[in-house]
Amino acid sequence: MDYFIVVALEMVRAVAWLVLLSAGLAIIFGMMRVINFAHGEFLMLGGYTVVTSTHAGVNEAVAILILAPLSVGLFGIIVERLVIRRLYGRILDSLLATWGLSMLMIGGVTLIFGNTVEGIASPFGGMAIGAYQVPIYNFVLIGFAALVLFGVWVVLKFTRAGLIARATMQNPAMAEALGVRTSWVYMATFGIGSGVTGLAGGLIAPVTGVVPTMGVNFVGQAFITVITGGAAVITGTLSSATLLGTISQATTFLAGPVYGDAALLLVALVLLRLLPQGITGRIFKRSL
Amino acid sequence: MEKSAIRDPGFYLMIAIGLAALFIGPLVVDMFTIMQVTQYVVLSVFALSLGYIWGFGGILSFGQAAFFGLGAYTFAVASINIGETTIPLILSFLLPAAFGAALGYFMFYGKLSDVYLGVVTMVVTLIFWKLANHTAGPEYVIGKARLGGFNGIPSIPTLNIPGEPDAWLDPAQLFQVFMAILIAVYVGLRLLIASDFGRVSIGIRENETRASLLGYDVRKHKVIVFSIGSGIAGLAGAMWATYQSFIDPNAFGMEMSAKALVWVMAGGVGTLVGPILGVILLQWLTLKLGMMELLNSFVVLGAIMMALVLALPKGMVPTLRGWALTGWTLARRGRGAARAKKPGEEGGAG
Repeated sequence: MDYFIVVALEMVRAVAWLVLLSAGLAIIFGMMRVINFAHGEFLMLGGYTVVTSTHAGVNEAVAILILAPLSVGLFGIIVERLVIRRLYGRILDSLLATWGLSMLMIGGVTLIFGNTVEGIASPFGGMAIGAYQVPIYNFVLIGFAALVLFGVWVVLKFTRAGLIARATMQNPAMAEALGVRTSWVYMATFGIGSGVTGLAGGLIAPVTGVVPTMGVNFVGQAFITVITGGAAVITGTLSSATLLGTISQATTFLAGPVYGDAALLLVALVLLRLLPQGITGRIFKRSL
Repeated sequence: MEKSAIRDPGFYLMIAIGLAALFIGPLVVDMFTIMQVTQYVVLSVFALSLGYIWGFGGILSFGQAAFFGLGAYTFAVASINIGETTIPLILSFLLPAAFGAALGYFMFYGKLSDVYLGVVTMVVTLIFWKLANHTAGPEYVIGKARLGGFNGIPSIPTLNIPGEPDAWLDPAQLFQVFMAILIAVYVGLRLLIASDFGRVSIGIRENETRASLLGYDVRKHKVIVFSIGSGIAGLAGAMWATYQSFIDPNAFGMEMSAKALVWVMAGGVGTLVGPILGVILLQWLTLKLGMMELLNSFVVLGAIMMALVLALPKGMVPTLRGWALTGWTLARRGRGAARAKKPGEEGGAG
């Protein structure tokens, strides 16, 4: 019985993990149809913000919840103004440019911090479920994953900014004609998406440690989750994270984490063969 | 490029340059340079594989390294097991081509959009890289070959003369064989592009809907193009493996895919000369910049990639071609103007 609770908890954690890793990317993709290939490095930047500021004496919670999202969000806005904005309508070029950015960031951070793993202690310790020990931090991750999705939903559904964002998503030309400055909406979206990514990077830093190349370990999962989900930010992310998270976690239990990733890809490939626009391209079409 | 290859003088010029390098190169250049150039030749084959599918099939693959690595590992495992290299070289084309066809089936029959295509090809490469890194344990053995995980596979045989497993090629001969492969791939691709099949691919690149309305099976076509590109990338991987006599999971690395993209982008999408020039120029540049030890290869590669997208989206060869064309037109117009002014002095302008 305890074992099943632990396994079930692991499954939920895997889903939450995917939600956290991909939420920022999904926000940007949902709005701009652009995949930020430097996503992994945005996570890395969030992680480094947390580790360096914690080492400088900043409170961990402040570093994770405030500094990481702010700095990465700001960085995202700069990137949008300098790079992405020039490539509107040239989607493939924006993929290439962000991939270049990704390598530039890996190289740059390696130059500054060196190619070593740095970390901070995982907060809260563990708790016992029967004979098993479970890190309490897992619940924090699950909580924040839920909070991020809930937050995006509230903003999109109930605020004026969300209304404008949804309008731009549906029909940018029409929104522009009605006086929305879509260029600013895109900038804000990219900034917010980056900020959420920064938060995620900060949250996973205590678990994984940080190293300049850490992004590579997560981008595969994040990309697959987002394209499998499709363009709807919340339903898409949630449905694909649930599906892929449980499958990959089950495979991980049976065969190990590397095969978990491979299983994730295989399932996604088959799914995309059937639903080329992702889950929300056919099912849950009108959702957020 | 759309005109027939057979009537294009540039086509023969390229073959002539290639043959000259093949026969005269080893006579006049020292051994170290020959080995250096051999590396460029291998990478040029790899660049051509992406140059073909991107420029002439409209398929932008972010994961060309998956096939490069697959070819390299296929060659390594097969040649260690068989004890000669001709069949492994053929296998290293066929296996990646088959895998490319399988992956292509899922992507093109699913009608994935360009962004999805980019993401899927990239993630496939990533997974290969992870799997290859994971095979360090002694249980990962194929026949006599241990996969070796992140340690890689050492002592991969050098190419031998077909049918004579003990007649290994010396570096100069290896260079000549590789050069011959490069010429063969170049000629093959040019002829393929000039054929009916190639014309349809270009039609698909220009306008998929129109091509399918004209009755062409776009999906099947793309799968074939992608599969050919994958096979050539695999062949390049095998050449790389035998040239280094060593292969490790970095053959599947992001850097490898990124490099292929940068070469093609720098040289020019939609040409075959471009990717080769891209290899020569950028490998040389990376070598020079790497010597300064100030910047690592990631910074250089990333900066070049961003700069190319933002400043030179068409690449060198098309840009130069454009300039040459405008220059020519301007010169002609200028001559025409001069002619109009001084009608008496015809034929005097150079």
